[in-house]
Amino acid sequence: MNPGSVLVLIPAFNEERNIGSVVREVIETLPGWPVLVADDGSEDGTAAVARQAGAGVISLPVHLGLGGCVQAGYKLAFELGYEFVIRIDGDGQHDPRDIPDVLHALKTSQCEMIIGSRFIAGAGTRPTVARGIGIRFFRLMLRPILGRAVTDPTSGFVGVNHKALQLFSKSFPLEYPEIEALVVLQRRAFRFEEVPCRMRRRISGRSTIRSWKVLKYMVHVLLGVFVNVLRFDGKRRWFRRKEERS
Amino acid sequence: MNPLLNLLTVASVALLFVVLRSVRGRHVRVEYSVSWLAAALVLLVISRMPGLLDAAAGWAGIKDSSITFLLLVLLVFLAVFYRTSGVISDLKDMNIALAQRVAILEYQLGQVRNGEGK
Repeated sequence: MNPGSVLVLIPAFNEERNIGSVVREVIETLPGWPVLVADDGSEDGTAAVARQAGAGVISLPVHLGLGGCVQAGYKLAFELGYEFVIRIDGDGQHDPRDIPDVLHALKTSQCEMIIGSRFIAGAGTRPTVARGIGIRFFRLMLRPILGRAVTDPTSGFVGVNHKALQLFSKSFPLEYPEIEALVVLQRRAFRFEEVPCRMRRRISGRSTIRSWKVLKYMVHVLLGVFVNVLRFDGKRRWFRRKEERS
Repeated sequence: MNPLLNLLTVASVALLFVVLRSVRGRHVRVEYSVSWLAAALVLLVISRMPGLLDAAAGWAGIKDSSITFLLLVLLVFLAVFYRTSGVISDLKDMNIALAQRVAILEYQLGQVRNGEGK
């Protein structure tokens, strides 16, 4: 591991119209910081545009979904020895000026993961109605599971340290990773915190999670959370029984 | 009930034949043919031993043997489909890991080539 090394990871799928300006903005805001775009098997020119803008590009040969794409980036970062990875979305919604705050929190808080939240101090634009309902629903659902409140559980602005990177390189939720990742971390007694981040409108195009996909998203995430709770709590109970017997 | 059982015998033998032919022609791998062959054999045994069906109906408290028959067929195929889901899930996990590895190696190869080009 290279102490203090940071990588900015941007997962992208068919973001040819946004990715160039997102990469350029990161490079202009944080000169000298390595930027890696994880291209999730895009059918357009996402990879070429990102490369032209100055980013390193890891291109998946097939579309794996957000979780598989982010995990590929985490695996590469782990193998290259980065200590910290800050992930932002490829649609231009996150402001790179917030990246140093996430990194500072990672370095000083002793947390394994830092989430950029648009709801702390009202730092971002309001989400769409459907997404707003989803966020409220997941906040309520996660509170008893995590034993604490999380204001922006679906945020894609996330910083992780080497310990979390090691875990996520081996095991990471594949389809809609943000919420499940919180449960995985909490069940392994890893710590996470939220810091305020600015949230803007997409530069162009539409989110992949819209209309009926919101429902699909909610069902998948609910099932994923349920399975993770069962998996970890089941193991814990099994170990407890084993200890009692011995 | 007999015509239905005869039909099941024919269907079971046909399934055995098709699966064995697929294995011979390498359309289906041997390890994945096992559950289909087992299903065909179970159905064949049920169709040739009506007493077994009556005993199962009595044990389950179902008066109509045809319903017992349909339930048994359904259970056999559910077991096969469940096993297939497990196999598909394992394959998907392996595919994801392979795709990620290919992407990582391609990236590293590109870095090496760029380094050599400079």
